[in-house]
Amino acid sequence: MTARVQTDAFDLGQEMAGFGQGAGAIVTFSGLVRDEGGRLVALEIEHYPGMTEKALDAYGREAAARFGLTDWRIIHRHGRLQAGEQIMMVATAARHRAAAFEAAEYLMDWLKSRAPFWKREITAEGPGDWVEAKGADEDALARWQGTSCNPAD
Amino acid sequence: MVVDVLYFAWLRERVGQARERVETGAGTVRELVAELAAKDEWHAAALSDLSAVRVALDQELADLDAPIANAREIAFFPPMTGG
Repeated sequence: MTARVQTDAFDLGQEMAGFGQGAGAIVTFSGLVRDEGGRLVALEIEHYPGMTEKALDAYGREAAARFGLTDWRIIHRHGRLQAGEQIMMVATAARHRAAAFEAAEYLMDWLKSRAPFWKREITAEGPGDWVEAKGADEDALARWQGTSCNPAD
Repeated sequence: MVVDVLYFAWLRERVGQARERVETGAGTVRELVAELAAKDEWHAAALSDLSAVRVALDQELADLDAPIANAREIAFFPPMTGG
């Protein structure tokens, strides 16, 4: 039951060693830097130190309570990440697979739109545009309505 | 009241600094935004489209009409793009 924010790469296999012992189902998701058809060299990811850690921990606890998770882990990297590198992962453990899958999606939807990270595109010419938030990500959050990780939402 | 104001991503770039200490009498975030926007053209540009600005009071998301109350750290940033 941990959330981490770091610049270093992580190894999914190592992270999963001993994770969720005794669970009936474990789901892992990892997000990678896309090269967008060769256009992008890297992403630069900025975050809000202090708030990020608190937010990830709150989302993890909220997911655990809502879906009855027996274990969860969130890792999100920041700094400059090359195309093809892992940006982040979530893992959820539960008695049955439906809860583990749902909780992983729930966490991803919250992370996309409510965790204080901002991505900037790096092309061969150097720093480019900041990535804009997608309406679809906001819509994805709406389906979980009725619970909130933050009083402002 | 003195508050620390933080900016992230393109708001930080437009304002030209990551944080500043501000003396304010604002009651709500929206009032603080008006005071900041009046400081100079960079602040005004950064805070011109409030539909693209998100706010955190002491590291908790809040909306523009939230009272500042006893918050000491107020952050402004674009919609998040994590994951």
